[in-house]
Amino acid sequence: MISQTQYLFVAMVLFLIGLSGIFLNRKNIIILLMSIELMLLSINFNFIIFSVFLDDILGQLFALLILTVAAAESAIGLAILVIYYRVRGTIAIEFIDLMKG
Amino acid sequence: MYLSIIFLPLIGSIFSGLFGRLLTPKGAAFFSILGISSACIISMVLFFEVGFSGSPCYIKLSPWLDCEMFDACWGFYFDSLTVSMCFTVTLISTLVHLYSTSYMSHDPHQPRFMAYLSLFTFFMLMLITADNFIQLFLGWEGVGLCSYLLINFWFTRLQANKSAIKAMVINRIGDVGLALGVFSVFIIFKTCDYSVVFSLVPYTLCSRYNLLGFEVDSLTAIGLLLFVGAIGKSAQIGLHTWLPDAMEGPTPVSALIHAATMVTAGVYLIIRCSPLYEYSAAALIVITTFGALTAFIAGTIGLVQNDLKKVIAYSTCSQLGYMIFACGLSNYSLSMFHLINHAYFKALLFLSAGSVIHALNDEQDMRRMGGLLQVLPYTYVMILIGSLALMGFPFLTGFYSKDVILEIAYAKYTFQGTFAHWLGVLSAGITAFYSFRLIYLTFINNANGFKNAIKVAYDAPIPMATPLLILCIGSIFVGYFTKDLFIGLGTPFWNNSIFISPENLIMIDAEFIPIYIKWLPIAVSLSGACLSIVILHFFRDFLFNLCTKPFGKKIYTFLSRRWLFDRLQNELIGSVILRLGYNTSYKVVDKGIIELFGPKGFVFLIIIFSKQISNLQSGLIHQYAFIMFIGIILLMTKLLLWPMLAFSMDINLYFIVLMTLMFNNYFVIKLL
Repeated sequence: MISQTQYLFVAMVLFLIGLSGIFLNRKNIIILLMSIELMLLSINFNFIIFSVFLDDILGQLFALLILTVAAAESAIGLAILVIYYRVRGTIAIEFIDLMKG
Repeated sequence: MYLSIIFLPLIGSIFSGLFGRLLTPKGAAFFSILGISSACIISMVLFFEVGFSGSPCYIKLSPWLDCEMFDACWGFYFDSLTVSMCFTVTLISTLVHLYSTSYMSHDPHQPRFMAYLSLFTFFMLMLITADNFIQLFLGWEGVGLCSYLLINFWFTRLQANKSAIKAMVINRIGDVGLALGVFSVFIIFKTCDYSVVFSLVPYTLCSRYNLLGFEVDSLTAIGLLLFVGAIGKSAQIGLHTWLPDAMEGPTPVSALIHAATMVTAGVYLIIRCSPLYEYSAAALIVITTFGALTAFIAGTIGLVQNDLKKVIAYSTCSQLGYMIFACGLSNYSLSMFHLINHAYFKALLFLSAGSVIHALNDEQDMRRMGGLLQVLPYTYVMILIGSLALMGFPFLTGFYSKDVILEIAYAKYTFQGTFAHWLGVLSAGITAFYSFRLIYLTFINNANGFKNAIKVAYDAPIPMATPLLILCIGSIFVGYFTKDLFIGLGTPFWNNSIFISPENLIMIDAEFIPIYIKWLPIAVSLSGACLSIVILHFFRDFLFNLCTKPFGKKIYTFLSRRWLFDRLQNELIGSVILRLGYNTSYKVVDKGIIELFGPKGFVFLIIIFSKQISNLQSGLIHQYAFIMFIGIILLMTKLLLWPMLAFSMDINLYFIVLMTLMFNNYFVIKLL
């Protein structure tokens, strides 16, 4: 029998991988989007784990909601990315510092 | 009526100063003369009411500074001393105003000049009518300010700027003394009001107080500090150097400064404080010594000056010495008498000198004059009468006061009395010598001036001649007519305004001195005058040889460099203080410490901080994400683990660590 803690551990590892993908990624903004997806996924995973263990359907509903939002968000992100590439000619993350003060 | 004498000159000054452009020069002159001459007429009435009729007047106008124990009111006190000063000041000032309308007629800034003159008179009147030391100080400073403005009237001339600043700075030294004196008066008497202070003097006879860390006798200290003020203002030896330099101003100003308004202020202060000085023998000795030395030293410098006005300036300095040592010998009324007499003949001398200078196209050097007797006979008569009155020619004005001063100096029978007597007699001879040297070189000598200047020279026009005539009448008759009033034995004129303690009363002793001592001043003066004419006329070569022989040359140079007073002041005091002021207090303190820890350092700090903070905004998403992450972790820590952390470490330290992390962006950047 796999315990709840082990499931949660998997979710946390996924989240941390996503997080470190954001910090450590210096190359590509697509990887950034992927990392965000990964983090959202791990949160979804958390929801589903708790929904199963607590026997509550609300968690799974919420996971579905998050999936939709994540899909929409990544679609918008990719659209922005395409337009940004058209304008700047690069999507390397070092060069995206127009907000520098 | 009593107040209008003070404020009419002010109103005249405001009219001609602020609206001079609208009023035209003539209109401005009219208004200022109207103000000052009404004040003069009123002061004649006051002289009758207060002086002759013996009814002093005390006007408390309004409170001015009112701070617990300290109170200074706008108060005006008219006693015999005040009204006799008022009369002299306003009369001389009126005549100078009148004279200036003609003398300054070619000047485009005449309204400004008239405004300054009237303002000068106003401040002098403020000084002499004050009923407390604070108001006196106001007038004192105001007079100093106006002297600066007037000496610097032709402000494009470098020499005038320098002289004006010199007058201001040297007067400032005296003012510090006066200010300390007034502070001390307040410390001892807890008030600055004349009437209270002077009535309390005997009760503080042996009291001591702490001045700059020394325990000193209070009355002596106050007397000496006030005398420092008088030294500055009345150009006594040591701080006298501004007076001859003040000749850079227009000639009417010199007349006003020397005869009535400025230099008499110091003498007036001492006379006014007679109840204070009478109880301090030490202060009186110092005053006598200073006065006698001034009379002598200024006279000797006057002997060799070549500038027409400077000779007269040094003679003023010398006469002020007489007034001061008369005060030092406790004959205040006599000093006052000499002051009034001196005002007439000194104004006469200056205004006539102005007439000469005006006629010769602003030529002041006596070596380029000569032969003016035929050209300017009227001015010659005036200068002659003025000089005779100055040297104490029998029965002219100066005779009545100067001779008595020398007599009482002899009759004092103390060391300082004898000292003053002999120096006084010597300087009487010197006075006669340089007065006649001036007359000879200017009028009688062969003409050495420029032909073009002498060709068009003309004698004083009516507006200039009238004041001369009035002053001339004054120089002849005032002494004779007012002798008994001012210094007659037992005259009731002074009432309570002058106090002479019975031990110091030597008016009667002066009647019993040997007859040859009485004759001595006249003999010395007359022989000085004759010697001057004879040497200059017949023994020119002898004089030249005397001045070019090694020893004679040394003395001549020493005198013509004014006893090296200027040099001593500049090299020993001026440059040292300047260096200290520049290197230490300006470079190190003002521009250094204060600015570093003050505005400049603060601005610098803010710039550095804001740069560091703006560096934090790098625009890189991953850094933002990291900071957000750290922030969330810290928040979580605060919420969940706080009790544990607070237990192990002081809470404030976390804040410090956090701030360090936030502000030290190098650390943050290295971390990322």
